[in-house]
Amino acid sequence: MYRYDEFDATLVGERVAQFRGQVERRLSGELSEDQFKPLRLMNGLYLQLHAYMLRVAIPYGTLSSLQMRKLAHVARKYDKGYGHFTTRQNIQYNWPALVDVPDILDDLAEAEMHAIQTSGNCIRNVTSDQFAGAAADEVEDPRIWCEVIRQWSTFHPEFTFLPRKFKIAVTASQNDRAAIRLHDIGLRIYTNDAGEVGFEVIVGGGLGRTPYIGHTIREFLPKKHLLSYLEAVLRVYNLEGRRDNLYKARIKILVNAGGVEKFTDMVEAEWAAIRKSEIDLPAEEIERIRAYFAPPDFEALPAESAALEQKRKGDVAFARWLRVNTVAHKASGYAIVNISLKPVGGIPGDISDVQMEAVADLAAQYSQDEIRATHEQNLVLPHVKKDDLYAVWQALAAQDLATPNISLVSDIIACPGLDYCTLANTRSIPIAQRISERFADLEQQEDIGELKIKISGCINACGHHHVGHIGILGVDKKGEEFYQITLGGSGAEDASLGEIVGRGLSSGDAVSAVEKLVDYYRENRQDNERFIDTYRRLGADPFKEALYAAA
Amino acid sequence: MPLLKLFGSDFAPALEEPLQEVSLEDWCDNPQAHADATALVIENDIGVEHFAEDLSSFRIIILNFPTFKDGRAYSQARLLRERFGYTGEIRARGDVLRDQALFMVRCGFDAFEFADEDAAAATAALAEFSFAYQPAADRAEPVWRRRLDRPAAA
Repeated sequence: MYRYDEFDATLVGERVAQFRGQVERRLSGELSEDQFKPLRLMNGLYLQLHAYMLRVAIPYGTLSSLQMRKLAHVARKYDKGYGHFTTRQNIQYNWPALVDVPDILDDLAEAEMHAIQTSGNCIRNVTSDQFAGAAADEVEDPRIWCEVIRQWSTFHPEFTFLPRKFKIAVTASQNDRAAIRLHDIGLRIYTNDAGEVGFEVIVGGGLGRTPYIGHTIREFLPKKHLLSYLEAVLRVYNLEGRRDNLYKARIKILVNAGGVEKFTDMVEAEWAAIRKSEIDLPAEEIERIRAYFAPPDFEALPAESAALEQKRKGDVAFARWLRVNTVAHKASGYAIVNISLKPVGGIPGDISDVQMEAVADLAAQYSQDEIRATHEQNLVLPHVKKDDLYAVWQALAAQDLATPNISLVSDIIACPGLDYCTLANTRSIPIAQRISERFADLEQQEDIGELKIKISGCINACGHHHVGHIGILGVDKKGEEFYQITLGGSGAEDASLGEIVGRGLSSGDAVSAVEKLVDYYRENRQDNERFIDTYRRLGADPFKEALYAAA
Repeated sequence: MPLLKLFGSDFAPALEEPLQEVSLEDWCDNPQAHADATALVIENDIGVEHFAEDLSSFRIIILNFPTFKDGRAYSQARLLRERFGYTGEIRARGDVLRDQALFMVRCGFDAFEFADEDAAAATAALAEFSFAYQPAADRAEPVWRRRLDRPAAA
């Protein structure tokens, strides 16, 4: 993991001191709320329906056990004993007091954490593959480049007042777990035909009111040019992006309005003018950062664990959790463990301080001190020995963290919705809870297989409904909550946008609708088809019919 | 509307000398008619790269922040300084707050029409951060270079 040196630590400390001063100026009335707003937003502090909300950055989703303990401490001391992991690999606290926020940030800084650029119209916390450094299918650890981007984008003087927020995601795998085609910039590290490793640069993806799949504007960018190329994209966007309409200000609108070729030409022209400047890091600095992400010392272990096999045979529940929640690791004898934050009837992404401490304990004892947050609002222990899986499972189960539902129907992404959010039209969380209760039967869930349900409480699409296999969008009609179903979306390497299938439904009908769609899929699937595969084969019509046929 | 100028790393109040201002459009339409202009005003939706070569005759270029949220002038200033080598004064006009002053200085601004700031407070805002991660128009040494220059640990 990356560790701060004196420069990183000084800058984060100075940021807290700066914000403490800004909070004092706000509390004394020297700053108006209008003047304070962009300053607090740049420090992750929102004003929500009932209270302030503080969003803490977890750069590229990587946490140490010490950092997780600090997050638990903040939940306990300053909040109501819980936190909420988001689709941006961050954590949010829903109830901090403004006057406490500088102290919270001081406490976080002790563990090399901060809330810098988790909001505002700047380059946001960079996200990545939650299995980085552990995945069997990656070219190299993408977090090296995430950290390069983190430093370059932190307090970037030119790009702090962009037309709109800007999100960058990096993956180094064919299997896209970071939704790179749905970010302002997506970067895919791969090896080209000449054997060189570089980036495919994808620009202009995004969800929200106007969803787009990103366009590849450069097939292959040598790694050493990453920052100058990003600077060129950002400069074109800063100068040319629309500022007259909040809803047309993201880079996706700029890219698609004038056409991707024109946009690419502008970026390439700008890049030609700056690529020889000092923006790109020297090899020594890249190697310095790379060294922090050297693989841990994995023990030489046989691929299979006899102890594990014995437990698997003797314990059906453990065997199910192994099948559903663990993933192949690149090192022999190790596994990646997914921790579900989606218990039946629970709030997706919520976790108590006690659970956080338990996860920290497990990471320290069993996972090389590392934890990951996922964009699907779960956690990961990336480096667990197969010999230890049974003990890890028991400890997780004791904390209600072992629901075996990763990527299944109850592993739902949901935005905070009208329970917290000032933008929401409808609630999202209760729909997620009712769906997971409706599908509580684990055997049935496993039989249904991979099914990504994503719920947004308004068209801003924080719940990623456009890319749900089944998406649910809450809309307000004359004061009543209605839910629109979309089908066929995907945020993975086969990215696609779902299409709306018909009129909005009441909350009760929306839950039943999911059941009808699932029933239709189970009756009509072939071989090992997932829901999305069957949908793509048969098209929308039969699913619509199943959904709206008179009961 | 106190005018502050940058001297080294400090702000100091500057005399509001009378300026002969001309907008870029008016100047382009008829340069001869504005031969005595001392300050060129460029709105933030104009691509400075189309005109930059001819701007060196102006002692002052004024860039505009219609609201502090509109950050186009940061890029305009960097282009003027870094790409076109403009060495005159670049002045920030409009919604200019001390919380943005460091970013503006880093992008090449050296004069500021602050809403209501005293020089000491604005100077203190410039000193809030000791280092910068990335190079910009102020030629500050980026952190990576400081790291390279740091004596090797014993």
